[in-house]
Amino acid sequence: MENDIRIYVEEAPGQRRELEAPTDMGLSLMELLKANDYPIQAACGGMALCATCHVEVLAGPALPEPQDAELDMLETLPHVYEGSRLSCQIRLHPHTDGLVVRIAG
Amino acid sequence: MPNVISTDICIVGAGPVGLFAVFEAGLLKLRCHVVDALAQPGGQLTEIYPKKPIYDIPGFPEVLAGDLVDNLMKQIEPFHPTFTMGERVERFAKLDDGTFQLYTTDGTEIQCKAVAIAGGLGSFEPRKPAVENLERFEGGKGVHYMVRDPERFRGKKIVIAGGGDSALDWTNFLANVASEVTLVHRGTTFRGAADSAEKVQKLHEAGKIKLVLSSNVTHLHGNGHLQEVTITGNDGVAETVPLDAFVPLFGLTPKLGPIGEWGLGLENDAVKVNTLDYSTSTPGVFAIGDINTYPGKLKLILCGFHEAALMCQGAFKYIYPDKKYTLKYTTVNGVPTL
Repeated sequence: MENDIRIYVEEAPGQRRELEAPTDMGLSLMELLKANDYPIQAACGGMALCATCHVEVLAGPALPEPQDAELDMLETLPHVYEGSRLSCQIRLHPHTDGLVVRIAG
Repeated sequence: MPNVISTDICIVGAGPVGLFAVFEAGLLKLRCHVVDALAQPGGQLTEIYPKKPIYDIPGFPEVLAGDLVDNLMKQIEPFHPTFTMGERVERFAKLDDGTFQLYTTDGTEIQCKAVAIAGGLGSFEPRKPAVENLERFEGGKGVHYMVRDPERFRGKKIVIAGGGDSALDWTNFLANVASEVTLVHRGTTFRGAADSAEKVQKLHEAGKIKLVLSSNVTHLHGNGHLQEVTITGNDGVAETVPLDAFVPLFGLTPKLGPIGEWGLGLENDAVKVNTLDYSTSTPGVFAIGDINTYPGKLKLILCGFHEAALMCQGAFKYIYPDKKYTLKYTTVNGVPTL
């Protein structure tokens, strides 16, 4: 599909799975990961209230800066990484084509 | 003497689906006892997003999650369910007569004729930091994931870790209880409630607490009981701090927990069920809501409500295999009381 983009999930060091994602459905990265059976709980349903969809962005295009709600939740986690994000707050968009993430748990 | 409760159905999980199951069971004149690891009913609706509006509950164009729970509690009042809150069901045994005995973490025993698991994503458990030896000092040996009784820390040296509201709140409170409080945070600022962060800062400036920023607790040491922790800065510099208790406060996260070990058929951490009545592989044990899985499963509250209604029919037939059941409508019969 011409609206599809590619997201890569690093399942192990150097081992990346390619996911094809539509950009015309208003999906978040969390929803895409859940749809592909990754162990994402997303207990709050995508409200940046539970941090159970934590990912580490490893490479790819620049993303919009996290908003306060996302930063507040990331603050509560015992461990974060330089690229830590809540996947529920990342909208799939043509500009996110080529994003590489790891499920951070 | 252990606390022993006798009921028709034991519902494991006090989320919206578990609560509605009480109503459906009540229509069939089945008594319910509800157990939940959290201290208050509502499950993740109450614990995570009580102020979040929900839009897909029939008849409610918009309802706050907390209000939905309040309404469900009101709806089940006529059936006088009983509750064991703040205790997690650890294990269950099926007896020769087909009834069940469930046991909680705090020793409560529940005798029942059927079990309905409505455990959602599992029980909410403290999020644990990845520190070696952490488990070795759990269970009263120095690591506490929550402050149940602040008096337990009176006159003690404690190290709190975390950067959220609970870490800030307990630091402020325990500063007046413990003999020494150290707050360790991996960042440089606090994004919790501004006045709590300000109080922490003031206590630090007044020398009443120690504040260690840009650092993590990385090692625990002790012989039997926790005696010291190593705090390592982001710059790699480490110091060892003597203490009586380590309190990591990183919020709660849902875990399937012991349900995964009950011998029920599982798939991707969810309980497989027969959609005829949401029965599991163990006759008499049912699973409804987010905890179950079947072809076409949708994890929606309204689907859980539907499952609760069908489950209760199945539970009724399991408990009373010889009784004829006739579907009754509340429009005709009203809501019977137990």
